[in-house]
Amino acid sequence: MEEIIKVKNLIKKFGSFTANDNLSFDVYKGEIFGFLGANGAGKTTAIRILCGLSSPTSGDVKVAGFDIYRETEKIKKNIGYMSQKFSLYEDLTVAENIRLYAGIYGIPPKKRKEKMAELLKKLEMENARNKLIAGLPLGWKQKLAFSVAIFHEPKIVFLDEPTGGVDPVTRRKFWDLIYEAASNGITVFVTTHYMDEAEYCDRVSIMDAGKIEALDTPAKLKERYNAKNMDEVFIKIAR
Amino acid sequence: MIFGVPLLQMLVLVFAATFDMKKIDMVVVDKDLSETSREMIAKFDAIPFYNLEFAVPDETIGEEMLFSDEADAILVIPPNMERNLIRDDKAQVQLLVNAIDGNSAQLIYSYSSRIIGNFNKNMIAEWKGIPEFSPPGEVKISESYWYNTELDYHWFMAPGILAVLVTVIGMFMSGMNLVREKEIGTIEQLNVTPVKKYQFIIGKLVPFWLIALFDLAFGLLVAWLVFDLPVVGNLLVLFAFASVFLLGALGLGLFISTVSDTQQQVMFISFFFMMIFIMMGGIFTPVESMPHWAQTIDRANPMYYFMKIMRNVVLKGSGFIDLLEEFLSLLLLGVIFLSLAIWRYRKTT
Repeated sequence: MEEIIKVKNLIKKFGSFTANDNLSFDVYKGEIFGFLGANGAGKTTAIRILCGLSSPTSGDVKVAGFDIYRETEKIKKNIGYMSQKFSLYEDLTVAENIRLYAGIYGIPPKKRKEKMAELLKKLEMENARNKLIAGLPLGWKQKLAFSVAIFHEPKIVFLDEPTGGVDPVTRRKFWDLIYEAASNGITVFVTTHYMDEAEYCDRVSIMDAGKIEALDTPAKLKERYNAKNMDEVFIKIAR
Repeated sequence: MIFGVPLLQMLVLVFAATFDMKKIDMVVVDKDLSETSREMIAKFDAIPFYNLEFAVPDETIGEEMLFSDEADAILVIPPNMERNLIRDDKAQVQLLVNAIDGNSAQLIYSYSSRIIGNFNKNMIAEWKGIPEFSPPGEVKISESYWYNTELDYHWFMAPGILAVLVTVIGMFMSGMNLVREKEIGTIEQLNVTPVKKYQFIIGKLVPFWLIALFDLAFGLLVAWLVFDLPVVGNLLVLFAFASVFLLGALGLGLFISTVSDTQQQVMFISFFFMMIFIMMGGIFTPVESMPHWAQTIDRANPMYYFMKIMRNVVLKGSGFIDLLEEFLSLLLLGVIFLSLAIWRYRKTT
């Protein structure tokens, strides 16, 4: 299988605190890669480095074939990112947000219009087209933020705790969108601390105190740790 | 908000920020109580902006009033003034001026001494029978004021205050906007896109640049309606200068916000620069009378050039060529501040 993200000996220090302690892992093209860990384990730090928002202290990182130190801007053309802080513009409408990001990624207006119509139909948000983001329910905002993050059809999409604060049904619906993106060939890199979501991933890594403690498919992890579900696996690893 | 607040500020400030003396409270201590002293007092009383306070028997009470700021000046007419005048052909009066505000004190002094001077001349004329206004051999200065012939203080202040307002709006708004994106986190979403740094800064610059230029047009219109302020020069020239000036002011605002993390920090640093720009920009005090080192610093003060340009174009009608040096200086400052902003903006931390 082809690696689309290659991380070797990644270290990130903030002063004397080591947020990422010698991480090494690969993500394969087209898979849904779950990046698990307790709060403060270093997930967000790692994902920010992979997106080019933060530079590592040391280590080799390649994303979509480009070097994280020298080719950050090339990486940015090929990725989408949805942060845990909800980050569409609250004071712009749904359509204006889409138009803004489509413009930044250089999507021609004709294609944009077609895709926008298609997207709003799929999300059943046609009536919210000209509504301000601020007035939408959180579940809608998250689905929209995800759709905007993959609007330019990137090779990889990074999702940092995309489903924080919503009910299980809404979360399930959100994962339908993730599956759809994956079936369209987009590699999905997702951090979460919901263990039921871990079951949906092709492979998961579990971080604790800045280190990766385990990395495998959910089935193999359950087998290895002799656990009924991912919850138990996680508790055994993170203690 | 963006248009209403500056409008209000201009109306209030232009009227308030005036050095004209409109009212002088003067205590008269008349110890002579003669015909001559009463005549002299009548001269002061005839002038509408002198507000006289009488009947104070000795100067200590007058001094108290001066001390407690109830009076601006005391005129002390000593006993026997009239007698001395008749006997010795000369007499003295005393003028005490509250000089906390040096500017007003000088004005009060020169107004008052001119009144006493005129009184003198009249008296000489009366007593000696010489025609009143032509004492022999006197050199008369006749003055004519150019460009602001009425010496209307509003005309002087309005362009200056407009310059300040436009700067405040542009600099603060652009700076606050960028740092606000940092606070709410939307900037991250932009930083993971392939947007170029200069594109980002231009995107943050243009809207506020247009708003500030619009505010300037609006302000000039209001100044014309309210203060009858004419724009003698070419409006296109004025706006060409304003456009270049605002690039620098907004560029500085954006630069400040790239080095700040919160709106408080932006406020604090912007305020620091604003104070220096305004106070050293020559709005109240002419830059030419500042010490040499201050004038050197002013070479880097965009407000200094803009204040000068505003007043010269609006009141004097200076053209583009007359102010070429100022234009080039502003252009240079604009390029420097904008480059700093682009250079300092970091997509990767």
